[in-house]
Amino acid sequence: MGAQDDFIADAMQYAPQLYSSALRMTRNRADAEDLVQETLLKGWRSFHTFQEGTNLRAWLFRIMTNTYINKYNAKQRRPQETELDEVEELFLYRRMGAVDPSQMNASAEDQLMTLFTDDEVKQALEELPEQFLLPVLLSDVEGFSYKEIAEMLETPMGTVMSRLHRGRKLMQKMLYNYAVERGIINETLLEAPTDK
Amino acid sequence: MPNCQETLKELETFLDTELPDARVSEIMSHLTECVDCQGAYEFHAELREIIRFKAQKEDLPEGFLARLVNCFGEDVLPEE
Repeated sequence: MGAQDDFIADAMQYAPQLYSSALRMTRNRADAEDLVQETLLKGWRSFHTFQEGTNLRAWLFRIMTNTYINKYNAKQRRPQETELDEVEELFLYRRMGAVDPSQMNASAEDQLMTLFTDDEVKQALEELPEQFLLPVLLSDVEGFSYKEIAEMLETPMGTVMSRLHRGRKLMQKMLYNYAVERGIINETLLEAPTDK
Repeated sequence: MPNCQETLKELETFLDTELPDARVSEIMSHLTECVDCQGAYEFHAELREIIRFKAQKEDLPEGFLARLVNCFGEDVLPEE
């Protein structure tokens, strides 16, 4: 039991991170709580397979990702195909000239921080199609490496990289659209983006 | 040294700290000398920080941690 008691103490420190990611995956507080609980219980039960020296946090996220994919039958819940290949490179960066200064209550340095609300960032993530949500969440929010994400998703590293790239572009496009809807970005201020 | 096009193409992998060390030095040399690419780098580095910060901001449901700890006590014996 000793090792398992240690597990509880060690694993609980990751509960808040697991929860915020679970919420992005399930988009629902009750399901997110269930997902974290199931993840920790599975970890507890299979802790004898945990190899000393490996990363406990990555191990827990791997369990959670697999549980999510299986339990929530994730692949059927979100669109698989999108038109995001039409999003050009550096999409958002090229459009920052269209931020309307009169709509912003922030100094230039805080501009990007106040340009999008917390809810918009969360919404953009949650609206990503499944195959992009998981890599973007695990990399950009949780900071895992390509190799760790490839292991969690049981996907080749090249696939992780291309999904990250496409998912990030799509997310930028969504954030841009939200800012346009709120009138923070004024498309008429936009010069035609130049190809570089 | 990489040109602008190469630098921008690899910017994402650079920000992911997934480039080989030798390539990191080359990209950094370019960024020090090129204001345009530096601007793109700074924008994306900041955007990433903001996304991480905002996406992680989540209040835990009341009693959540206590319920989690309790669930271990109610669990059946571990499977061997």
